[in-house]
Amino acid sequence: MADILVVVEHQEGVFKKNTLSVVSAAKVLAGLSGGEVDALILGDGVAAVADVVAGTGVRRVLLGEGAAFAKYLAVTYAGAVAEVVKGKGYGAVFAPASTFGKDFMPRLSGLLDAPLASDIVGLEKDGDALRVKRPMYAGNAIGTVELVGSPLLFTVRQTAFDPAAMGGAKAPVEKVAITAAAGGTAFISRQETKSERPELTEARVIVSAGRGIKAQENFKMVEELADLLNAAIGASRASVDAGWAPNDWQVGQTGKIVAPELYIALGISGAIQHLAGMKDSKVIVAINKDEEAPIFQVADYGLVADLFKAVPELIAELKSLKSA
Amino acid sequence: MKILVAIKPVPNPDEKVKVKGDGSGIVLENIKMVVNPFCEIAIEEALRIREKLTGEVVIVTVGPKDSEQQVRTALAMGADRAVLVEAGADLDSLAVAKVLAKVVADEKAELVLMGKQSVDDDNNQVGQILAAVLGWPQAAFASKVEFAADNKKANVTREVDGGLETIEVGLPAVVTVDLRLNEPRYASLPGIMKAKKKEMKVVPLASLGVDTTLKVKILSYAPPKQRAGGGRVADVAELVSKLKNEAKVL
Repeated sequence: MADILVVVEHQEGVFKKNTLSVVSAAKVLAGLSGGEVDALILGDGVAAVADVVAGTGVRRVLLGEGAAFAKYLAVTYAGAVAEVVKGKGYGAVFAPASTFGKDFMPRLSGLLDAPLASDIVGLEKDGDALRVKRPMYAGNAIGTVELVGSPLLFTVRQTAFDPAAMGGAKAPVEKVAITAAAGGTAFISRQETKSERPELTEARVIVSAGRGIKAQENFKMVEELADLLNAAIGASRASVDAGWAPNDWQVGQTGKIVAPELYIALGISGAIQHLAGMKDSKVIVAINKDEEAPIFQVADYGLVADLFKAVPELIAELKSLKSA
Repeated sequence: MKILVAIKPVPNPDEKVKVKGDGSGIVLENIKMVVNPFCEIAIEEALRIREKLTGEVVIVTVGPKDSEQQVRTALAMGADRAVLVEAGADLDSLAVAKVLAKVVADEKAELVLMGKQSVDDDNNQVGQILAAVLGWPQAAFASKVEFAADNKKANVTREVDGGLETIEVGLPAVVTVDLRLNEPRYASLPGIMKAKKKEMKVVPLASLGVDTTLKVKILSYAPPKQRAGGGRVADVAELVSKLKNEAKVL
């Protein structure tokens, strides 16, 4: 089939690793249906991102630079990607199922009248026909989906595809001139959640706190535990709604989907919506004083305990383990 | 301001749904249908805007006749009237967006508010597709909407990976809403009584002349991989020992 385009995510010149899983997903499609995988980067002064992407095993990197692409806007991006797709005849477009891909890809679908499968976790062939797997109903069902039309559009669940290797042979970087039209939208400001910790979607360990943490000041204890484990901090919807944690920390069906090696849930009851965001973690620890809490049904190691007693103990144990 | 709020009925999100034995669908017997939680937030925002700027809040849904119940809930919250586009079979996001675009044009809406995602299909698509079909600006995942003095523009703060982002959108626009935008009100008893008499126009899908051929077809459903889970430890010492020696993650 025709070639495949990956739209690269970066935060104003800082490469986001979720694109590596997207490249892998695109290569799965290439393996099933043929075609080569190219990457498209839109931005301003993003040659360094292009250099990283060039080493991920793509055939070529298309670089669309200009002041109008300096700030991400869905209207600008969707229009620009549509132009590239039409101009070069791509048969499929992939982007991460992050708030970046989830924002502009549906708009692209509308512009091209092309089918979009969101948050995909698998691609297969049934005879000659392509079959797409995607979670629905908060992950309680996996739908098998057929896309009709062209190009095929996908946003990719990062945790479902192993990241492509970086640092391989460099693919050529080709500058492309693309129209940028913000269509009645303008960037005003960005309020970044600042953190020295690893990103939630990239962390090996996540410590997450829910309603049971009771107050914002109690997150200090969570931070201390996270620091010992070099972990990212997550939160349930209850903690975010209460204002104890920034929105960016929410793990769940409509927040971040994570699958770290170790997920420690503190005072999280385990609502369906939260489980949807973390139940693919390799090892799950739950500390909750309510022994009936649904989180225990998915936990490998459940500890029924008052977290205000258990977490300081855990911190002490980990410290002695480190110094041993 | 004339605000159109697109809503969708979904199975009660607090109940865990199961896949039918033959994979043909989801077991919906004995599960209550409710207004998608994100749609409730959109309705609430529309009502608040109307309280400030005056105008009209029109509810629209595309689905089976049974959706009337959830439409009435929206009217009971305080919306003025409703349009139910009656579609027999399930449509995909593109088809729903094209139908909505027709209704938006017929109604001459100045703002469309809708949930960022329905918690059944979990697509997170229709609002953005609708904006593209209409050729309107979009602001997805809104946690704050503020209008300019002339009501021709709005600043929308969006919940994004990494924090919050504010963009300006010229009106008319499509805004999809996120969890932290507001806390939806409950329908009051007088509201429920009044809702029974409010106008709900039922429009047969075929009468709109929109091509709703499916481009995304759901062929079957399967249950997800189940976790073993349920393991317990007696105390913190046992937890640390197991994490270190059994799971080998420390």
